[in-house]
Amino acid sequence: MTSPESSPALSKGRSLTRTVSSKTIFSNVMTGLVVTCAILALIPLVALLYYVITKGIVRISPQLFTQLPPPPFPRDHPQFNSGGFGNAVVGTFMTVGIASLISIPFGILASIYLSEFARDTKLANAINFLTNVLSGVPSIVMGVFAYGLIVVKTRSYSAVAAGVAIAVLMLPTIVRTSTEALESVPNNLRQASVGLGASSYQTVLRVILPAAIPAIITGIILAIARAAGETAPVLFTALFNNFWNWDPWRPTATLAVLVYNYAITPFANWQELAWAAALVLVTMVLVANILARWIVRRR
Amino acid sequence: MAPAVERNTGMSYERTQTSRVVDNGFKWLTWLFGVGIGVTLLAIALQVAIDAWPAIQKFGIFDFITVARWNPVEDIYGAWTQIYGTLITSFIALLIAVPIGVGVAIILSEDFLPERLRQPLVFMVELLAAIPSVVYGLWGMFVLAPLLQGPMTWLHQNFGWIPLFSTPPTGRGIYIASLVLAIMILPIISSISRDSLASVNPALRQAAYGLGATRWETLIQVIIPTAISGIIGGVMLALGRAMGETMAVTMLIGNSPRPSPSLFAQGSTISALLANQFAEASGLQVAALMYAALILFVLTLIVNVLAEYIVKKVEIKKL
Repeated sequence: MTSPESSPALSKGRSLTRTVSSKTIFSNVMTGLVVTCAILALIPLVALLYYVITKGIVRISPQLFTQLPPPPFPRDHPQFNSGGFGNAVVGTFMTVGIASLISIPFGILASIYLSEFARDTKLANAINFLTNVLSGVPSIVMGVFAYGLIVVKTRSYSAVAAGVAIAVLMLPTIVRTSTEALESVPNNLRQASVGLGASSYQTVLRVILPAAIPAIITGIILAIARAAGETAPVLFTALFNNFWNWDPWRPTATLAVLVYNYAITPFANWQELAWAAALVLVTMVLVANILARWIVRRR
Repeated sequence: MAPAVERNTGMSYERTQTSRVVDNGFKWLTWLFGVGIGVTLLAIALQVAIDAWPAIQKFGIFDFITVARWNPVEDIYGAWTQIYGTLITSFIALLIAVPIGVGVAIILSEDFLPERLRQPLVFMVELLAAIPSVVYGLWGMFVLAPLLQGPMTWLHQNFGWIPLFSTPPTGRGIYIASLVLAIMILPIISSISRDSLASVNPALRQAAYGLGATRWETLIQVIIPTAISGIIGGVMLALGRAMGETMAVTMLIGNSPRPSPSLFAQGSTISALLANQFAEASGLQVAALMYAALILFVLTLIVNVLAEYIVKKVEIKKL
């Protein structure tokens, strides 16, 4: 099949083909591997969302948000589908509300210091470092902290104790996103404001903060959504409550603890309520993330 | 400009006394809250250490760490089972999550996928990080555990002579807690690795292409080695997260008081111990639990400070 004249050219062609193809095989294998990685990463998300939605949706109804948890019933009991977790919804709002009241002003004021008054100083770098360290402290340790600080002293589990634990948890997120938001406000706004004779607090409160507010709100939304699903710091600070409770100094039910408490029981109607509460939590997280993306994109 | 004019107008530019006081007050207020972050961190350490003090005095450091006995009835405490469980679950989770996370990072930082597919992928991986831990636990208990029962029983029956598979699997155990942990820390590894891969100087890539390297040769010989410290920093952060992760592990690990070499055996972690016992503890048990929390705090602190240090060094180098 080879004539003498064409053989050198052909062999050269062949050797060229061979090196290229071994490289191509290697590339294809590696590309296949990373695509497999991406698929492997997505399987749990899809599976989790699928089960939370299909198992949670059977119990979603208005009564879920207005009624108290039912006693445990067997599957064939006429009242199997009765009850809800209205008290846990209220309790979640209460604990996260208290946490927001503490952490949002705290975080924004700290970030104003970091971005407006101390940017690139040694102290600011140290505070940034400590913020990152704080965000790495396990959430259950926040619960232990709030237990020692408040539960022991007031001799009662309470929404306030849980609120403090969650506030410490939210703080690093709010500081980081707010500092980033403030720092990305262009400098000519600051110069213009000072040039017009504004003092530094006027500049910050009337010019810089309004300009950065969409990004700050994005950070707050994400922090709140994350906080509402946090269970570990609430477990032994707010504890749980089977009844309505409006007093922030008494034990309080939350959705997150309800999922845990009811999941580990053998009672089918409580397990169903746990799935429904999980669906509520996941929906909140989803909506918050989409909302945050939307705000960022609109800017 | 004549000096006289300057002096005249100068007066009107000067701030009033109250304006200056308000200005300074505001500055000090923000300073107070900025420093307050450090104070908060210190307060956590102090509060936990002080409450743990009775147990520290009674059991010392070495005994508490190396003895595997947690006995509230006799009030004798040693946390080796929990410390071992914390380390082994985090380690296995890293073994699973690091290759997959870095793979995801590569696919997100290169142009394998069109932009229209890449954006949703980024969003979905981020979502994985946002789902509450307790929901992972619920899913693990009712969906993943029954699903894994068959294959794991097969492993035990055929490879039971290996210590790792030496006990019959149940729905709870170290293997399933580690697997769910791996899913939970994957987003941290992939997002930080992606950032460090994406911030490698493009000139390096062009130079490698110019020398005739293929995309994968460039990635393996140039891009990944350049970005490696950022990737390691991300892995360290993930390790810190895995060690402190509570709810999913508590629901899945089985909470056994005894350490076992088998992955199918039930175990415990420091955080699971705290979640299980804190609400019903009293007296010395509370102090012992605080002591365990302090150990967890110190462990994660070391890992996180190291991670911070590595990541920071990378950022400085890139500037």
